[in-house]
Amino acid sequence: MKTYWWKILAILLLAYTIVAGLLIEVPRLPILNETIRALFFHVTMWFGMLLMLMVSVYYGVKHLRTGELRYDDLAVEFTNTAILFGVVGISTGMIWAKFTWGDYWTNDPKLNASAIGLLMYFAYLVLRNSLTDVYQRAKISAVYSIFAFAAFIPLIFILPRLTDSLHPGNGGNPGFNAYDMDSKLRTVFYPAIIGWTLLGAWISTLRVRYRRLERKLEDHLINQ
Amino acid sequence: MWKEIILLVKKEAVLEWRQKYAINGILLYVVSTIFVAYLSMGAGKGNLGVPVWNALYWIIILFSSVNAVAKSFVQEHQGRQLYYYMIASPEAIILSKTIYNTLLTLVLALLGYLVFGLVFGNPVADQPLFLLNLLLGAIGFSASLTMVSAIASKASNNGTLMAILSFPVLIPILLMAIQVSKNAIDGLDREINLDKILTLLAINAIVAVSSYILFPYLWRS
Repeated sequence: MKTYWWKILAILLLAYTIVAGLLIEVPRLPILNETIRALFFHVTMWFGMLLMLMVSVYYGVKHLRTGELRYDDLAVEFTNTAILFGVVGISTGMIWAKFTWGDYWTNDPKLNASAIGLLMYFAYLVLRNSLTDVYQRAKISAVYSIFAFAAFIPLIFILPRLTDSLHPGNGGNPGFNAYDMDSKLRTVFYPAIIGWTLLGAWISTLRVRYRRLERKLEDHLINQ
Repeated sequence: MWKEIILLVKKEAVLEWRQKYAINGILLYVVSTIFVAYLSMGAGKGNLGVPVWNALYWIIILFSSVNAVAKSFVQEHQGRQLYYYMIASPEAIILSKTIYNTLLTLVLALLGYLVFGLVFGNPVADQPLFLLNLLLGAIGFSASLTMVSAIASKASNNGTLMAILSFPVLIPILLMAIQVSKNAIDGLDREINLDKILTLLAINAIVAVSSYILFPYLWRS
């Protein structure tokens, strides 16, 4: 119970998110209507992705300080899950955009920022694969991931200033900015963020454990 | 520290001067790319719209600076790198390489500007601002590209890796630089550009500081 309470919490929060997210009364806003429920399933993906990238950077820094491989495992698996969340976020967003804006891809700063972020982290994976030595791979990819994150953060703040976003709540579009986000929406939105992020952490820790077992097995085979 | 950096920058310049093919190659690269662009656009003087002129110019500068900086850590072989490792601090090395690459990128950008203006016509209304923007762009490009080339030099398959690692990192700098240079071409009031130039400076600072902090870890491996 001590160690896995948060997994139960994740299940409960996600069950609540799905049930309440689909059933609660939502405010009728022009254009959005019922699709405002995407807030719980699409917008939360980005929050989850950013949180997990932060965790990954944290472990990257820790790896550089100590040089221990277990931090590298955590860093890479959190990045992997963040990429997964990013891909899910971008594809749900594209489906939503097709029906709301009439196109899968528009020149929207948020879309572009997320696409660039994904490009960065795909490049990170390619970089990892091109290095063979385990320790060197861990160190160099940690350096790149911190560097890329440092370049990614200003991007999120700059791009929206260049052109107005089509996203709800931006540029006079109806939606959930600080003022008209309904308090009812918040009661699902915040738990949803926590729930999805916990699910991401769960996926990552599972993969980390798998990675460690694999390494143990390899060591065992080598030392036979 | 500063003495060390100045010495290392001088060393880079001398090294470049001794093997002139590298610098000549990259200068020729800029000129021929511009010429290819000129022929494929099929445009005479002044036929190119300002946004296209601007975007084409920056893309050519982007690609040539990636190519120019890519070699900064591979040109010297392992033995000599070990020698630098023993005599110089990693901070001095990254700073000197960044400064040298800034100069190199600036030369490329200026040459590119000259040739580009020659063949496509020069629509720039606010020259000083355009040049200042070139300087800031060159600093940003070289700061991030030097770091990325240090990363890419550790891995095999250098050329592709250099491109895919650096493009996403360069996009914020490129976007800001393109915006400012668009305003400079149109000759808009300089007040408008102030916050954009400040943002560009801030991004440059972030990139430079993070590469300054991270490079020692890379150098040690």
